[in-house]
Amino acid sequence: MNENLFASFITPMILGLPLVTLIVLFPSLLFPTSNRLVNNRFVTLQQWMLQLVSKQMMSIHNPKGQTWTLTLMSLILFIGSTNLLGLLPHSFTPTTQLSMNLGMAIPLWAGAVITGFRNKTKTSLAHFLPQGTPTPLIPMLVIIETISLFIQPMALAVRLTANITAGHLLIHLIGGATLALMSISATTALITFIILILLTILEFAVAMIQAYVFTLLVSLYLHDNT
Amino acid sequence: MDVKLELPIWILMQDFIPKGIAVVFQKGYYQYYKYLSMKKGNVAGLSMVLAAYVLFNRCRSYKELKQEQPSEYH
Repeated sequence: MNENLFASFITPMILGLPLVTLIVLFPSLLFPTSNRLVNNRFVTLQQWMLQLVSKQMMSIHNPKGQTWTLTLMSLILFIGSTNLLGLLPHSFTPTTQLSMNLGMAIPLWAGAVITGFRNKTKTSLAHFLPQGTPTPLIPMLVIIETISLFIQPMALAVRLTANITAGHLLIHLIGGATLALMSISATTALITFIILILLTILEFAVAMIQAYVFTLLVSLYLHDNT
Repeated sequence: MDVKLELPIWILMQDFIPKGIAVVFQKGYYQYYKYLSMKKGNVAGLSMVLAAYVLFNRCRSYKELKQEQPSEYH
């Protein structure tokens, strides 16, 4: 049982060829592009949703920060669609792999921070010391702020990995428990099944919320630095 | 171990050149097309794609799932 629990998280290979590339590229199939003015309902729904999200997320930025709109919108679409597709049975979720989340978090965070250091050097350095700190505390506080700055990409990646992995594991465990309980006591199995349904609803919400949180935090780091 | 394969009769009637196989798929496609309008973009089209994805993943992980089957002897 122990080995089977984590079996769904190994990278899928088929005959030695990496299948994970195809699985990562698959969500892009679900977002068709269209050059028409009036599209079919599928594309219209997606365009409406994208407009809503981009207005809500990018309105706080100045024009320099708004050049990041394409990056951040593709990010939230990718993470949201990958997480939601991972809730289908037997599917592999690329965002459960820490390697991939680190690969998304570190370049984006580094881009925001380096932009801030290049364009507004004094303001970026001033972030290391909050206003109104008493003088004896200054060295320690600078160290603490540096650590908190460098931990941001790690926290971004680990937050996404841990949330999605934990959700998938819980679904596996409770599903297995429901199956095992069916032969022992039907009422307990029913209760466990209801818990499973509630958990699945939660996982749908978590899938979308995590995408939002990731993108929001990147945009906040950007806002600090532009 | 005797394995008896029973193919439906029509499959033996088709010619197995590549063009013949393509004609079979084309006929099936046009027969099905009247149920699904691709231009409007409906829920059935999307759910077909997702169902194919689930099936694909099930085939991929069949070996690991085989150990969880409840009955050993069929």
